[in-house]
Amino acid sequence: MSVKIEDKLFLDRFRVAEEPHIRIVDGTVCGERCEEQPCLYFCPANVYRRELDRITVAWEGCVECGSCRIGCPHLNIEWRFPTGGYGVSHRFG
Amino acid sequence: MGNEGGLEHMQEQFDVAVVGAGPAGSSCAAILAEKGVKTVVFERGEYPGAKNMSGGVLYGYDLGRIVPDFAERNCPIERSIVESQVWYLSADGGYAVSFRDRVFEETLKFNSFTVGRAKFDRWFAEQARSRGALVVPATVVTDLLRDGDGRVIGLRTDRPDGDVHARVVLLADGINSALAAKTGFRPEAKPEHVALAVKDVVELSEEAINERFHVEAGSGVTIEVMGAATKGMDGIGVIYTNKSSLSVAIGANLSDFMTHRVKPYEMLEEFKSHPRVAPLVKGGRPREYMAHWIAEAGYDAIPRLCGDGYLIAGDSGMLFNALHREGSNMAMTSGRFAAETIVEAMERGDFTRGGLDGYASRLQGSYVMADLRKYRGFNGFRFRHHELFTTLPEAAGYAARQMLTVDGTPKKLKQRAIRARVLRDIPLLRLLRLLWEGWRSVK
Repeated sequence: MSVKIEDKLFLDRFRVAEEPHIRIVDGTVCGERCEEQPCLYFCPANVYRRELDRITVAWEGCVECGSCRIGCPHLNIEWRFPTGGYGVSHRFG
Repeated sequence: MGNEGGLEHMQEQFDVAVVGAGPAGSSCAAILAEKGVKTVVFERGEYPGAKNMSGGVLYGYDLGRIVPDFAERNCPIERSIVESQVWYLSADGGYAVSFRDRVFEETLKFNSFTVGRAKFDRWFAEQARSRGALVVPATVVTDLLRDGDGRVIGLRTDRPDGDVHARVVLLADGINSALAAKTGFRPEAKPEHVALAVKDVVELSEEAINERFHVEAGSGVTIEVMGAATKGMDGIGVIYTNKSSLSVAIGANLSDFMTHRVKPYEMLEEFKSHPRVAPLVKGGRPREYMAHWIAEAGYDAIPRLCGDGYLIAGDSGMLFNALHREGSNMAMTSGRFAAETIVEAMERGDFTRGGLDGYASRLQGSYVMADLRKYRGFNGFRFRHHELFTTLPEAAGYAARQMLTVDGTPKKLKQRAIRARVLRDIPLLRLLRLLWEGWRSVK
């Protein structure tokens, strides 16, 4: 499949907050203790990407489903709601 | 702006504070406001509906009990559903059954209809606001306030000086509830308790939709899709008709996503290119992409829905019927029951768990809990029988393909080949258990 997530997220309206609402609690867990790294796959906005030995978080494009918060096998992702009024805003829904 | 966002009011004492301006929260607020109960609704989105997504089907029965004249009040209805289809797909094709009835175009025109939730939820919150509720968008509720005895006495928002006192709080903050885990009123969802669904809104002309789905203007079709489209995961796809767009969505249990290494948006694109789906979306222009959870755990994961000073309604309370894709109706009706219970509690001045217990009995005495009890085994059944999404759709597709292929082979021989193939992939005992357990889970 040649779909690019960037093309899909481009359709959405985001009001990006100053502060990230997602944080990897302990980066060493991802590299040393997490073999599956399922966040690289199940995140519908491809927020999580592997770069060399670490995982980066493109939180600006998060569509706020919450899956990483409970789907990280080590519960190593801190995810909270963006500040009120920020984040994704559906126009049709 | 009217009452919307009137922050100078926040220091006041409210009778009721509602978390979330979705169908559950706005239902409750609309009824309370009409009865003169001082109600405030907090919504984390820029406007009500900004964060919300569903397949997009709503139900007139439940909405009509809150806003009886919703059709005259310019409720943003996309299309009335006159036909429902269920497809069972293999990778290359599949079966379809459909049912259409004139009654859904005439007397039951508003039985079910599609909406865009960003538009509908905004309209619905406006109904509550016009009756006198205060709706405060762009505000996250970060915690609940409690007294020394643990009773809920208000809530904390992410605004400066953002504490708000109320006699009772309704948690209508949806399936992805951060408050649930924080307060412990509903345990944090486990991956197997939710489905992750992604959705494209695909723009098409009204005429193209009318022609492709064989409907008149204003009438529409829902298609529910099971089988191989979810790539071996326990899930479902849908295609719903809006006025001039299609909602194309697909989702699967989150615990399956964690092990199958499937990217949700790639699965969605593949779904759109399936031979049964592609002709319907052909030439359509994607306009919006989103993702949301669906409450999948069913009856046995429903938390205690009321306690001292608080109630829980809608998705936040896991009120979702996966078999009939009904959730928004249960959200509205639970919101209505919450409002009725609160009015009673106000008359008695009793907001303890006992004083709010009428909420639980209202739910138990209604279709909400009756249906959720009836289908309590359905989610577990699907989860235990992944062949529904792996070998069975392919075997079923093979059977029909063989019988329809005219190649000089006697039908008897074809049947034998089909039987051998089906039983190779799914042993007879497993097949019988599938049928038996499937029937038991929905009977």
